[in-house]
Amino acid sequence: MLKAQGHWTLQSVPEIERQLQQVGYDLPITWDVSAVSEFDSAGVLLFSEYFIEFSEHTPVKVVGYTENQKEMYDLLKQDHVVIEPPKEESLIETLGRNTVILLKDIRDFIEFIGHVFYALFHTITNPKEIRVKETVYHIHQAGFNALIIIGLTSFLVGMVIAYQGSVQLAKFGADVFIVDTVAISITRELGPMITAIVIAGRSGSAYTAEIGAMKITEETAAMRTMGFDPYTFLVLPRIIAMMVSLPLLIFFADIVGIFGGMVASGMQLGISMTQFIDRLYEVLEVKHYILGMVKGPVFAFLIASVGAFRGFQVSHNTESLGLHTTASVVNGIFLVIAFDALFSVIYTELDL
Amino acid sequence: MKTVIKAEGIVTRFGKRTVHNGVSLHIEENEIYGILGESGSGKSVLMKEMIMLLEPAAGEITVLGNNLKHIGFKEAQALRREWGVLFQFGALFSSLTVAENIEVQLKEYTKISKKLRDSLVASKLKMVGLDPGVGSLYPSQLSGGMVKRAALARALAMEPKLLFLDEPTSGLDPIGARNFDKLIVDLRDLLGITVVMITHDLESIFGIVDRMAVLADKRVVAEGSIENVLQSQHPFVEKFFKNEYTKERFEKVRNV
Repeated sequence: MLKAQGHWTLQSVPEIERQLQQVGYDLPITWDVSAVSEFDSAGVLLFSEYFIEFSEHTPVKVVGYTENQKEMYDLLKQDHVVIEPPKEESLIETLGRNTVILLKDIRDFIEFIGHVFYALFHTITNPKEIRVKETVYHIHQAGFNALIIIGLTSFLVGMVIAYQGSVQLAKFGADVFIVDTVAISITRELGPMITAIVIAGRSGSAYTAEIGAMKITEETAAMRTMGFDPYTFLVLPRIIAMMVSLPLLIFFADIVGIFGGMVASGMQLGISMTQFIDRLYEVLEVKHYILGMVKGPVFAFLIASVGAFRGFQVSHNTESLGLHTTASVVNGIFLVIAFDALFSVIYTELDL
Repeated sequence: MKTVIKAEGIVTRFGKRTVHNGVSLHIEENEIYGILGESGSGKSVLMKEMIMLLEPAAGEITVLGNNLKHIGFKEAQALRREWGVLFQFGALFSSLTVAENIEVQLKEYTKISKKLRDSLVASKLKMVGLDPGVGSLYPSQLSGGMVKRAALARALAMEPKLLFLDEPTSGLDPIGARNFDKLIVDLRDLLGITVVMITHDLESIFGIVDRMAVLADKRVVAEGSIENVLQSQHPFVEKFFKNEYTKERFEKVRNV
């Protein structure tokens, strides 16, 4: 004989459950619920759970229930389904899934580049469709507005190189070689790379966020239904703008970087500005500058296309916007460094 | 009657999940055609397939005589100028003002003068019941109902023959929703367009929809006028149309 009484509600359920656990199954049970004064769905669910459990072992008879209780019991009984938790993935499954995602990303990116070139040839053959206004706007955004941060970064990098180099060179009394170190490393390597990395963080992420937000609000879908090809209207202006801006920014970074090196070597080694510039004329061949500059459009294409590509991958939620913006910057910087390494190999092989 | 849209044996899959398994329907000229069904029954997906945003895994869709499966780039671009699409949340371009949103296609695809364009924009705004002053506002400055109206004005900008509406009355107050219904009927009568709309709104279904397709179990379980649909014995139709609440509504609308 089991007698339920008092409140069977959310608050009291844990205490009742503790008592119910002590009930044995040896004898047939008669469960009297007439003394239950108040109940809610938690109480009824608890009852139903133990009713089922007891019934498995021994006959159970319930007495003294009201119409209301019966109704609630019937209502909740239907929903008594076990919801299976999502299966936990094993390490190998995760690895496999991520590999598939990576391969799919690469395939999609190649397809995306194909679309970009299709749009490019289409606009070249129909020059009226070139989006001049948008392109200029993006040159202003990604190029002109980045001047200050690029200037500051490259000035500091130039100074750091001069400082680090001067300590070593002073040991050999080869002070004036600081000019070679600064000028060649900045124009060939650091100018292009630092600029590209800053721009990947600054504009690559902006491209992803802009296009991604347009995707969330279905603006890109709306464009498609109007016959406005997003590749012509959104992607090409950004890629072209970046390919115009980045070389210009690199040129600017080269000048400011060398100037930074000049300031630092003046302070550290006492090389005057005229001395520095004289030496600069002797050692800095035009080829170094050109070799650095050639990287500009390539880096720009990589950053802008990855940024736009990741933007189009954004799905209908805000979390995915964040994830893809992060991915865009990480991929952009990685590609810049990887291609810089590739350039180094090519230059070395060609004895440049 | 000419058939404007014909879909046959549409199969749609997302990964392992099958959304449509043999959906077929046809939409006649100058009618208001409703697509309804439970959430997740693929109403929006079906509409996206009709407007070439998605491609079905199998089956064929013909829109205004163009088979979407074999359509070329040029034909597709031409077809896109024949229709207007109203997205559920408007999808107005957030960087443009309302007026610029409405005139963007006119600017791109026609050579009409700035002056005529302005008056066209004003007339479209008036048609959807918006004040001409709204034209200079940005989408972020509009209320939900105004966004829908502005988006409808944009959808009508190219004088389309075919109008796609994705839940046009969702998120509107009941009076606004009825006004919107009336607007759609007026536009249909006035401009002779064909309207395809996804809707859950019972009053729209009983009040303005001429024919409809009910999606459930991955296919069309009932198609035709409301009377035809009510003949169906399918559980979803039973649940959706044959409860007390719906019956009451149905009587009320029919008696008015």
